[in-house]
Formats: sequence, C-alpha cells, structure tokens
Amino acid sequence: MVVLWTDALIFVLLLGMIVLSVYMLRNPRMSRPLRQIGTSKTGMVSLTVLLFFVAVGLLDSMHFHSKDSNEIVSVLDQWLSPIRLHGEKTYSAPFAAHLFGKELMVLEDGSPVWAYPRLQYGGAHLDDPESELFYDVLMKASIGFIKSAIPAAIVLVLLVQRLRRRQNALISQASVKAVAWTVFWIVTVCGTLLELSSYYHVLGTDKVGEDVLYQAIKSIRTGLVIGTLTTLIMLPLAIVFGILAGFFRGWVDDTIQYLYTTLNSIPSVLLIAASILVVQVYMAKNEEQFTSLIVRADMRLLFLCIILGVTNWTGLCRMLRAETLKLREMEYVQAASALGVRRRIILFRHILPNVMHIVLISVVLDFSSLVLAEAVLSYINIGVDPTTHSWGNMINGARLEMAREPVVWWSLAASFLFMFTLVLAANLFADSVRDAFDPRRMG
Amino acid sequence: MNRSPVLEVKNLTVKFGPDNPVVDTIGFEVHAGETFAIVGESGSGKSITALSVLRLLPVNASVNADEINLNGVDLLRKAEYELCKIRGRRVALIFQDPMSSLNPVMTVGEQIAEVLKLHFSMTKQAIRQRVIELLTRVEIPEPEKRVGEYPHQLSGGQRQRVMIAIALAGEPDLLIADEPTTALDVTIQAQILALLKAIQNKTGMALWLISHDLALVSTMADRIAVMQNGKIVETGRSASIFQNPTHPYTRKLLDALPSMDSCLGHKREQKPPLLKIDDFKVYYPIRKGIFKRVVGHVRAVDGVGFEIEHGKTLALVGESGCGKTTLGKALLNLIPAYSGRVVMDGIELHKLTGEALRRKRADIQIVFQDPFSSMNPRMLVSEIIDEGIRALYPKVGAVDRYARVVELLERVDLPPDSAHRYPHEFSGGQRQRICIARALAVQPKMIVCDEPTSALDASVQAQIIELLKDLQKEQGVSYLFITHDLGVVAEIADEVAVMYRGKIVEHGEVEQVLLNPKNTYTRELLAAVPRLQNKDV
Repeated sequence: MVVLWTDALIFVLLLGMIVLSVYMLRNPRMSRPLRQIGTSKTGMVSLTVLLFFVAVGLLDSMHFHSKDSNEIVSVLDQWLSPIRLHGEKTYSAPFAAHLFGKELMVLEDGSPVWAYPRLQYGGAHLDDPESELFYDVLMKASIGFIKSAIPAAIVLVLLVQRLRRRQNALISQASVKAVAWTVFWIVTVCGTLLELSSYYHVLGTDKVGEDVLYQAIKSIRTGLVIGTLTTLIMLPLAIVFGILAGFFRGWVDDTIQYLYTTLNSIPSVLLIAASILVVQVYMAKNEEQFTSLIVRADMRLLFLCIILGVTNWTGLCRMLRAETLKLREMEYVQAASALGVRRRIILFRHILPNVMHIVLISVVLDFSSLVLAEAVLSYINIGVDPTTHSWGNMINGARLEMAREPVVWWSLAASFLFMFTLVLAANLFADSVRDAFDPRRMG
Repeated sequence: MNRSPVLEVKNLTVKFGPDNPVVDTIGFEVHAGETFAIVGESGSGKSITALSVLRLLPVNASVNADEINLNGVDLLRKAEYELCKIRGRRVALIFQDPMSSLNPVMTVGEQIAEVLKLHFSMTKQAIRQRVIELLTRVEIPEPEKRVGEYPHQLSGGQRQRVMIAIALAGEPDLLIADEPTTALDVTIQAQILALLKAIQNKTGMALWLISHDLALVSTMADRIAVMQNGKIVETGRSASIFQNPTHPYTRKLLDALPSMDSCLGHKREQKPPLLKIDDFKVYYPIRKGIFKRVVGHVRAVDGVGFEIEHGKTLALVGESGCGKTTLGKALLNLIPAYSGRVVMDGIELHKLTGEALRRKRADIQIVFQDPFSSMNPRMLVSEIIDEGIRALYPKVGAVDRYARVVELLERVDLPPDSAHRYPHEFSGGQRQRICIARALAVQPKMIVCDEPTSALDASVQAQIIELLKDLQKEQGVSYLFITHDLGVVAEIADEVAVMYRGKIVEHGEVEQVLLNPKNTYTRELLAAVPRLQNKDV
C-alpha cells in the first residue's frame, strides 16, 4: 500500500463529505431541501453520474506496489490491466485492425511494401478484418451488453422493489426509477466497453500506442483532484476575505482589497511557473524522497492545485465582497443588530447563507475552467507532469494531431466527451442543490 | 356627453396561464377632455389593464376582448408594426418610477427628441425648437440649459416632468398615467397633478389615471371605476361615487382612508418622559484624496431635540431626504451620531459601547418600511422572531422560546403555525405583523416605526395602525413614528414634529400642528395633501 499526498487529501475530503451528509440527514431542518433534491429527477440522475465518476476516481487513488514489476499502480490500473498493457506502436483509429499510417513492411518473399500493418492487439483475432470487423464488433458488443445487462437488471429490479416496499421518504418513486435506469445504462455501457476493449481499442490509440479509453478513464482522477482540491484551497480564502471585507469595510476592506489587487496584478502564469520550478528544484535536491516517477508527478499535481487555488480566489472574493456590501445594508441585518445580535453571529446567520448561491454557482463554473486551465498550463509545460494522464495533456497533444491529414480526432473527442459528461453532471446537480436550498423556490 | 369615446374597451379578459384571470371581463370608455380613473389596491389588475390595451404584456399573457377601440381603430386587430405607430403617437404612457423610466446615459433632450424623430419628419433645428417648447410646457426652468442635461442632474419631480414631456411629444389623444406621483413627495405630487390638469385643459386630450389613492383620484377624476380582483365593481361619476358608494368594497376603501379629522377629540394626558434627545446631530463625512481626508460634512440631522413620553407616539413628518430615517436609525445606534445627547430612563445611550450597548438594545426596537427586505428569506418565522431572545437572553430554553414565539404571533393576529413557514409565504401586511412581533419579542420600551405602512394598501394600512394602537394601550410602548403620510399621523400620533432639511421646524400637539400650523413649511405640506372631495357633503 502506497499513500500519495493527493490520495490522502482525497480521502480526507471524502470523509468530510460523509460526515457532512450524515449531519444533514440527521438535522430535521435539512430534510426538506434534501427531500426536494430527492424528488428532482435531473438532480438525482446527475448525482448518480457524478458518484460514478467519483467512484472511478477513488479506485484510482488506492495505490500499491505491483507484484510483477516494482511499479506503483492503482486498483483501477489492476482492473484495467488488459487495456493498460495492450500497447500498440503508434496511432490507430477506434475499432481499427490496422495502424493509422502506412509503413514499410517486408513481405515473406523479401520484397518491401508500403502498407498499413496489422495491430498487435486490436482486432488481432480476425483473419480478414475487411469483411469480418463490422459483424465481430456488433457481436462482441451484444455479448458484453447481455453479460452486464442481465445481472444488472435482476439486481436493480430487486432493489427497486425492496425500496418500494420500504416507502423511502427521502427519494421519490419517480427519481428511484430514473436513478435505476441511469445505473442500468452506466453498468451496461461499462460492460460493453470492457468486453470490446479486450479485443479492440474502442477509442483508438495515441502517438505512443497507448489506449485512449484508458487514458480518458485515468484522467478522471486528475480532473477531480484539480477541481476539488483547488476549490478547497480557494473557497476558505474567498469566503472569509470576501465577507469580512464587505461587512466590516474600513481598514479591513482596504487591506483585503490591496491584497487581492496586488495578487491579481501579477500574471498568474508567472506565479504558477515560478512555483512549479521551485517544486522541481526541491525534488531535484531531495532525490532520495522522490524515487519513483509517480511520486514526483503526484507532488507536482498537488502543488499545481495549491498554486491554482492561491491565484484563483480573487474573482469569487470580489463577488462576495460586493454581495456582502449589498446584504449588510439589508433591513434584516440592521434589525438583527438592533436586536443586539453579535456581529459574528450576523455573519454566520444572515450573510453567509445568503451568499452561498453565488459560491455554489461559481464553484461549479470554476470546476470546468480549472480543468481547462490545466490544459493551457500543460501547453507551456508548467501544468501537470507530462506522464500524468489528464484531459489537459490529451487536448494538448491534439493540437498537433488536428493538423494531420487525415485528422486524428479521437484523443480530443474522448477528452471532450468525458469532460462534457462530468461538467454537465456537476452543473445540473449544482442547479438542483441551489434550488432546493432556496426557500423562495420551494415547490 | 355625446362625443364618441377616445378609447372603448369591451369585455377585456387577461390571463397568465390557465389560472384565474388577472383582469376579468371588464369594459369602460374614456372620452376626450375627461379624466377617467381606475382605482384599486395592489394586485387588482389596474396596471395590467393599461398594458393590455397597448398590447405591451409579455407573450405568456393571453388577452381577449370583444373590442379595444381607439378613435375607431381596433387595437386588437392591428399588426405589431402598425401598433408602433400608435404607441407614443395616439396613446402615451407615464410610469410610476421616474428614476428607472429614463435612460441614465442619454440627455433629457435626446430622449424627448427620440419620440419626435420616430413619429414626425422634422429638421434638426425644428426638433430642438420643439424639445425646448415641450420642456417649457411642463414648466421646467431654464429649458435651453436642461436639454443637454442627464437624468441624474434633475430632481425626482423634474424627471417626472420630463416623462410627461416625452409623453406629450407625440401629441397623443389619450395619456395613460400609471401611478404618476406615487414615488414623489406630497408637495411635488400636487405640482405634477396641477400640471397634468393644466395641459389637459389646453390640449383637450383624454387622461386615464391609474392610482391606489382615493383622495388623489377624487381631486382629479371626472369618472371613476373601482377595481377589485380583476373586476370593475363600481363605476360612475366621481362625485356620486364618493357621496353614495353602492358597492361594499368601495365603502370599505373609503372607510379605510385615514382622515385628518381623526385627530380631533384626542385626549391629552401627562405621562413621565421616556426618551429625551438634545442637540442631536448626524453628519456624513465627505472624504477626498488618497488619505481620505474629511473635507466637509453632509448634515443629515442637524441639531434636533425632542422628548417622548411613556406610552406616547411622536410622529416625525417630512419629505424624502429630510433626514427622518437617518434620525431613527441613529437613535438605535445603527448609524453613528456626530454629537448630541440621547437619554433614556436616565441612562445616556450615546455613551454606551460594546457589551453595555448590546444589552441596552432591547429597550429600543425598529420596524422597517419594506416588508420584503426586512426579513432573512432563508430563516423560518420562528427563528426570525426569537432571534432577539437568543441574542439577549441566551439562558431561555428552546421550549420557552417557542412558547413565546407562539404567544407573540397570536398577539399580532397570526396563526401559530406561521412559525414553521418562510417569510415569502406571507403577504405584505402579514410580514409587517411578523416584523412587529420580532420587535416586541425583547419587550422594548420604544419602537421606531420607519414608514411601516407606506408599502401597504389602504385597508391593510388601517389594520396595522389599529394593531400598533392596541399594542400601545396594552404594553405601554412608545412609538417614534416616521412617515410622510399626514393622514396616518392624524390616526396614530399624540405629538407631531415636522422635519425640514435636517431640522425640526415645528413641534407640537397633533391637533395644533395638523389643524392650526404655525410654520409656513408645515402649511405648504398640509395644503398639498390631496383630500377626499365631497365626502361629507
């Protein structure tokens, strides 16, 4: 068992989320908004999709030393071993049996031919890919679908009936059905993909012949880490400074404003580059602590999150300050101070809950922009380590691939598809959370 | 009157979605040269009626009518582009809020010229000439200079005059005025109404007035329609409606109207003083430069002194911007005072700080004007009411606190189950009751009521005032009642202080100030208040 820094933080975060949800479930005040999320189909479906992504990310965060090689691998890697180890020579299109580019090959009779060589793994079991490929893919897909659909359907039907009998108060019948369908589709899609990927490269391979589907799945963890850890660093800074500046005004406001205008006036790329360099120098000096590639890459990822968090809080802080300036003049705040309520209680009771919708919206929007920021930073080589799988690195690679003729589109498409699903699910879920916690939108 | 009507509406129904109609089969006509008024409380559908006649409602509204006939043209059967030629030309509209109806980045002249360019083909020279002429017509001083000014450089009354000038630019046959003076002070209101009358006399246009204010309507209108829940319940000549209203709703509206005479027969009894303020000043510093040097002061409250007795009400009257709200908030220490003495029951409140001040806050509470922004939308009513108890008496247990909340809710005539609801589920009047309960929760000796009734309809206003009077009788609480509405003052006050530009210009018993004012400003203020015509004839 190897615990990397980001692994530890992810599990601490998970623990926090569990404690928070237990607290919310126990608190009678919270049961109404929770029940409202439970009745919202969109909310529950997007939550299911989100949880699936989180589960993948968690599996990918349990690292250990592999037995056969002394590499550090994760549980997910172990599961996906077939895809992980089935490398090709270079680019190949999705479901291809041949490489993407022509190569000089020597025939049995010794004459050289300029042709598309067969892949080592993808479609290797086919004798004549030209004629068999289509039916074989269809066949394998149906087998995978049936293999996963039958057990999934049985388990889900039983579960749903169980729930129906128990009359669960938190989740409505309609959303239970929607969630069951979502889970069914996730399981069958995964099953089909797994079945297919032991024979083919479903999303093709990249420049060094690595399976793109595997890359995209591995990138989920990187995306989640950058999205959540950065937010975690950014939020306390933004909320505390923003609310204090807006509420107390005067010299507090001046100091905080000077702080963030100064920070804002330094180009953030410069700060990020500097801090990444510092980390690299540190790792070079203390080589004995960073023995393996994955530990170094992890350290770099962590510092990227920290520095992104430190440079990104100013926008939200400014918004919260403005909102607080508005709220502090609201009559209910004045009434509270006339009632002798202490200022720190006013902050917690009247100001904080009324700015939370801004926090929620901007966190979800930032989540996607952070994943993109990572792509941009990878471009100038100060993002995540080039060996780390990330959508940013995939997009960055696509820069050259898009210029080829014919176009190599699958890396970009795969990262787009995964990012799109994750960000859309996060957005929809945040929407229903915001609606549920606003009493004015009560239904 | 044999002239054919300028506007004739038959069986107009407006619906939003499948719900009950907002305007329910109403019909009326407006004749040239007359003033027709629609009166009703908020939500009765008066503004919707006006907008639906011009077809300015959002697309989700369904408008049905047998006929909306403007000078022989059926507006319902016109295409949108044809309507554009009618709006602003044949019919013009004035809205309530002069602050938001003018574009802040265009000069006054440009905004008037916009209408002229749209409807007439005129040379630049002629347009300028006409703009100045229009500004002269609405009695704006120095029109040549004002043409180039921006809305923020004008006062509220002047902005409403500009709005009227814009409306007049198209030389309309019908002018719709939707609460034209509600956002203005009484003296300004009187001027604007006189102006509208004068222009109507000169041009002979029809004026369709929409208002909630019966007294105002009685001074202006020839014919009146009373609206309730989307229906016209009574319509007729102004004089006959006010003399013998036939419909019970009209009678209810008339009875709810506060009248100046209600201060007659007010009993005077001496009581011990509760609060005494002396030479009280609230200045806002004007700061300049990078070091924020104080270069001067805005004198919001400039040396005010008065006394309030136990269980008595002092009404503080004045126009907007005279410093009455600032004074109220400064008394509660929500705004720092510049100098002066505030003594309550022998304790000098202005010298208290920190914990001592916080403890003393229970004695003096506030009820605000806007029932929508005065409660945290994310808190339950029970939490809102017991907030003060939790802050000042932390030893009181949850059960006792809840009992107290229920008791307070019953005291302000709200059902006890209101405790578990959120403020947005209540109407304006009910919210104001919750605010009163919140103030009462800490058993104050005095409550500052900052225009508590001005956002409410007349009938609800009367109920709230009744409640406040009952509470005073029961609990002996004193009020500092801040208002601009002299009718309300007559209903509730024992003493009146008239404030003008940060100073109190007249202070005395309510009868003396309202019926026999000494100060010229007080007299002006009283003269401007619209009074019900012919009520007691």
